[in-house]
Amino acid sequence: MQLGQIAGLETSKPMRDIFGEALLDVCKENPKVVVLDGDLGNSTKTEYVRQTFPDRFFNIGIAESNLVGIGAGIEACGFIPWITSFSSFLLCNAYDQIRLAVAMSNINAKILGSHGGITLGKDGPTQMGIEDIALMGGMPTMVILVPGDPTSMRAAVKAATDHIGPVFLRSSRLPMPYVYPRDNCPFQIGKANIVRNGDDISIIACGIMLGIAMDAAAILENEGMQARVIDLHTIRPLDVGTIVKAARETGAIVSAEEHLLQGGVGSNIARIVTENHPVPMRFVGLEDVYVESGDPFELLEKYHMTATDIVTAARFAYAAKKSGEK
Amino acid sequence: MVITKKPVEIESLGEISREIRLDILDMTTKAGSGHPSSSWSSVEILIALFFGGILNFNPVDPWWPERDRFIMSKGHAAPLLYAVLARAGYFDPDEIWRLRQIGSPVQGHPIQRMMPGIEATTGSLGQGLSAGIGHILGGRLNNLDYRVYVLLGDGECEAGQIWEAAMAASHFKCDRLTAILDYNKFQETGPISREMALEPLVEKWSSFGWNVVEADGHNIPDLIEKMQFIKDVKGKPSILIAHTIKGKGVSFVEADFTFHGRALTPEQAEKAREELLCS
Repeated sequence: MQLGQIAGLETSKPMRDIFGEALLDVCKENPKVVVLDGDLGNSTKTEYVRQTFPDRFFNIGIAESNLVGIGAGIEACGFIPWITSFSSFLLCNAYDQIRLAVAMSNINAKILGSHGGITLGKDGPTQMGIEDIALMGGMPTMVILVPGDPTSMRAAVKAATDHIGPVFLRSSRLPMPYVYPRDNCPFQIGKANIVRNGDDISIIACGIMLGIAMDAAAILENEGMQARVIDLHTIRPLDVGTIVKAARETGAIVSAEEHLLQGGVGSNIARIVTENHPVPMRFVGLEDVYVESGDPFELLEKYHMTATDIVTAARFAYAAKKSGEK
Repeated sequence: MVITKKPVEIESLGEISREIRLDILDMTTKAGSGHPSSSWSSVEILIALFFGGILNFNPVDPWWPERDRFIMSKGHAAPLLYAVLARAGYFDPDEIWRLRQIGSPVQGHPIQRMMPGIEATTGSLGQGLSAGIGHILGGRLNNLDYRVYVLLGDGECEAGQIWEAAMAASHFKCDRLTAILDYNKFQETGPISREMALEPLVEKWSSFGWNVVEADGHNIPDLIEKMQFIKDVKGKPSILIAHTIKGKGVSFVEADFTFHGRALTPEQAEKAREELLCS
């Protein structure tokens, strides 16, 4: 099984490879970029930078607090540090350090949280970053990027590096389908992209749920429902205009995220929608639960984060719209 | 470019220390809160660094890339940092009277670059030493050979991040990094030996690969001599364990650790002022 298959999309190599290549590209372009690793460079693929630019790569070891602190110190010397590890370890171990040394200090550091969500699969819940977006939501200066396509990932790494200020980039492990062409995609921080037109309902998705949303839209089309699919690659700052326009023009919204619903992307969207143009909403994501080890696709199915689940949510939201529910 | 490298006459450093102590008293009393006793404990350490010819700094160009760095890891001693930076010419001395007031850059704990000379955001303890390592590694990439000084509290050394950093500084052979430990032997809730024993500290730091030197933390010539000596140590980071007295300079504060984290009442402040003026 592959994501994006129903929508007829091609699949990439694993996203960590895409990230590693993109990081190497920005290192080649900008001599000020340095990379700090929490001893996971072979998993996050920052090892490409280690091999090519050993002087600009620092393995700080299995010590995330120190990793963040050292990264902040290097930033103060005029460099752009990419501070990298698994989302779960980095954010949960070093939340206080990210808060003070990066976010509150408002420095020009970039944080990679890899292996976000549940689809790292078999390593189990200790390694899964299911709360990372909510955690980063608690840091007012932090830009939050969750790209959902390989081309978009490459663009996001470059945009994050070019942006002046703290940025959190979340990636996950599975290969993703190409929603955009391989060589080009519009990527502006804070500007969501409409990747499929439709006026019956909007599906707003990020990360791996974008490809799944495209599958859902293909299924809905067979039922005669035209779904607008919005790639919400930036969670902060939220693209209020595109969200409100979707509410106004389609009258019903489904959000889809590989993250806890509590404090997640859907709740952020709901705040904008209820404040500006209330319409029926449904939320696809992880209910309050720690999941278990397993095949990623079986996990998505068991925890109701498949195209079918988005379709079901869309039917409910659409029915509510038709019955005039707010 | 004016670089304050030439030390102030050593005889006058004692008088400056007294004035800084009075500044700390007045700042925290006016604010009605703060950590005067933790600030008084480290006064001579900062005087030695800033006015004893140890630090290369330039208040006119505070972020001069070649400057030596001073990082106040024990962020609750912010009043001391502000008083010293003001005296060193980093900003208008009147700014310090706005400590802890709304709309002021003189925050309760230091925020990085909110005022000239503040190198790192601190106040959640344990974080400053890692920043210091980052400045050393960044300096290497920039081919600059400045030194970095980090002032640690003793209670702060209970934090795991300190020992992560201790390990890394040794691993990266940060011989231009000096930690200075304000060892006043009290933490917020009581004597360190009672609350969370740190000893044997010399052996702990030595076993992490550090050069360890001890000094009388209120004896400015002794501090300067040890800091100068450390500049010649190669291949490993150094820590100067400065034995200090919490609340130094005011007898009734020295005698009562519960002054941590609270300002003196106006009556206590008057008594303290008399003591400081007579000392």
